[in-house]
Amino acid sequence: MKSRLMLAALGGLGLAALGADAALAQAAAPTPDKGDTAWMLLSTILVLLMVVPGLALFYGGLVRTKNMLSLLTQVFAIACIAAIVWVTYGYSLAFTNGGALNDFVGGFSKAFLRGVDANSVAATFSNGVVIPEYVYICFQMTFAMITPALIVGAFAERMRFSALVLFTVLWLTFIYFPMAHMVWYWAGPDVVGNAAKALAEADAGGKAAAQGALDAAMADAGLLFQWGALDFAGGTVVHINAGIAGLVGALLLGKRIGYGRDLIAPHSLTMTMIGAALLWVGWFGFNAGSNLEANGTAALAMVNTFVATAAAGLGWLFVEWAAKGKPSLLGLVSGAVAGLVAVTPAAGFSGPMGAIVLGLVSGAVCFVFCSSVKNAIGYDDSLDVFGIHCVGGIIGAIATGILVNPALGGAGIPDYVSNPGSLAVADYVFGTAVWAQIKAVLFTIVWSGVGSAILYKIVDLIVGLRVTQEEEREGLDLADHGERAYNY
Amino acid sequence: MKIVMAIIKPFKLEEVRDALTGLGVHGLTVTEVKGYGRQKGHTEIYRGAEYAVSFLPKLKIEVAVATDLVPRVVEAVTAAARTGQIGDGKIFVTPLESAVRIRTGETDGDAL
Repeated sequence: MKSRLMLAALGGLGLAALGADAALAQAAAPTPDKGDTAWMLLSTILVLLMVVPGLALFYGGLVRTKNMLSLLTQVFAIACIAAIVWVTYGYSLAFTNGGALNDFVGGFSKAFLRGVDANSVAATFSNGVVIPEYVYICFQMTFAMITPALIVGAFAERMRFSALVLFTVLWLTFIYFPMAHMVWYWAGPDVVGNAAKALAEADAGGKAAAQGALDAAMADAGLLFQWGALDFAGGTVVHINAGIAGLVGALLLGKRIGYGRDLIAPHSLTMTMIGAALLWVGWFGFNAGSNLEANGTAALAMVNTFVATAAAGLGWLFVEWAAKGKPSLLGLVSGAVAGLVAVTPAAGFSGPMGAIVLGLVSGAVCFVFCSSVKNAIGYDDSLDVFGIHCVGGIIGAIATGILVNPALGGAGIPDYVSNPGSLAVADYVFGTAVWAQIKAVLFTIVWSGVGSAILYKIVDLIVGLRVTQEEEREGLDLADHGERAYNY
Repeated sequence: MKIVMAIIKPFKLEEVRDALTGLGVHGLTVTEVKGYGRQKGHTEIYRGAEYAVSFLPKLKIEVAVATDLVPRVVEAVTAAARTGQIGDGKIFVTPLESAVRIRTGETDGDAL
C-alpha cells in the first residue's frame, strides 16, 4: 500500500476521467510538509544504502573469491540500469493510469518524467497530505533498483554479464513495472475521499452519478489493489517477485560446476555480516519510508522492522543450533534478512507483538527450507534467493492478512470511503482479508514465474545465459570483468 | 647433509624454532600447507550445505643440516612439536646432494 496517484498536475490524465475535478478544485491544493519531505529524502537514500553496498556485500561475501567482483559489479550495474530505465519510462508504466490496460500496467503519459517539475506533488495515505513528486519518484526508483538486484543471488557464479544486463531491462519492463502498478497504483486518498464526500452530499437525483464517480475512483487502481491485497512495502512486488524469478533462473541455468561435491564455501562471512547489517539499517527507509509521511504509522513500521528482524534472527539461530549443533553467524544474519523480508508487507499493518511472532516463524521456516527442502528438491539457488525472499515473502504476505486484525494489535484495513476526508478502519473479516493476500501471492508467483521463464529464454537465444565451463572454473571476475578482487 | 622436513601444527612453530636454535641450527623454511593423516577433518555448514573438510592447515618446515646433527634435530623437533594428540604431524629425512650459499659461493657444509 504505498502508491498513489500524483495529484501533481491537477486534472492530469487519471483525474479528468474521474469527474472529481469540481470537488478537487474546491479544496485548496495541499502543499508538502517539510518534515514529510525530509523524511522521504532520507528514506530514499537509506534504500539506496541497502542496494550498494548492503546487498552487494551481503551477496559478495557469500560467493567464492573468484566471483566476488562479479557480484559487486552485477548489483551496482543493475542499480544504475534501473535508475535510468525508471525515469525514462518505468515510473510512468508503474504510476500512471494505463487506460484500457490500467488493471495491469500504466501508460506513457509521464515517460521521460514529462510534466513533472519541482512543484509537482504525489499523494500519500492521508487526506490532504502530499510530498514532492520528485522525491516520490526517487523513493520508488530505489525499489526498482533493489528488486532485480535480489535475483542475481539465485544464479550467482555462472550468469554471463551481458545476459544479466539484457535480462534486467526486460524484467523491469515486463515484470516489475506492471507488478508495482498492480499492487501500488491507486487514485489516492483525496480522490477517493472527495468522491465519497460528493456522494454523501449529493441529492436524490445526483446519487447515481456520484456513485458512479466513486466507483470510478475506486476502480482507478491496479488489479491487486482492487482485490484488497495489502502490501505495505513490497512483499509481493519486491520479494516474492524477485524470489520466484530467481528460482526459475536457477532452474534454467542449471547447477554450478561441482555443486554438491566441491567445497563451495562463502569467501568472507565478515562482508556478509556487514552487508546484512547495512540491509537492516537501510530497511527502515524501505519499510518506514513506505508510509510516505513522517508520522505514527512510520514509527509503527519502524518498531516492527526492529522486532520482527530480531525475532527472525533468533528464530533461525536457535532452530539451527538445535538441529545442527552450532549457532552460526550466517544463520543469524540469514534469519534477520528473512525477518526483514517477512515484515515488509506487514510493516505498517501489524502490531509489534504480531511482528515478533511473524519474525520467529519466518526465521524458523526459512531455515528449514534452505537447509532441508532445497537439498531434497536439488536445485542450485546459489544464495537462497527463493528460500529467503520468496518463502519469507509468502509468509509475510499471508500473515499480513491475519496480523492487520485490530483484535491482534494490528492497524486495521484502511477505509477512505465511510468517513470521507479521513482514514477510518474497515471491519476486519478474516476470510476476505486472508484470501485477498493468498490471491495476490498466487498471482505474483504465476506472473513473475511464467514471465521470467519467457524472458530467460529470450535472453538465452540472444546472448546465452551461462558462461562457458572454462570461464566458470576460472571465475567470473577474470572471465567477465578482467580483474580480481584481491591482490595480496 | 640431510633435509629434515617436518609437518607440524601451526601453533607449534615458535617452540620448534627455539629448539632448533638451541642446537645451533640457524635458518629454516616454513610453508603453509594442507593435508591429512590420521587426524579427522571437521564439518562446515553454510545454510543447508554441509561440507566435510578433510584437509587441515599445517606448517611444513624444512631445514638442511649436517648428517651427524640429524638425530638431535629430529629429537628436538619431535619434543617441541608434540602435544600427544592425534594430528601432531610427521618428520621426513631425505639426503641432500649439495648446497650453495648464493651471496658468497660457499658450498656444502660451509653453506649451511
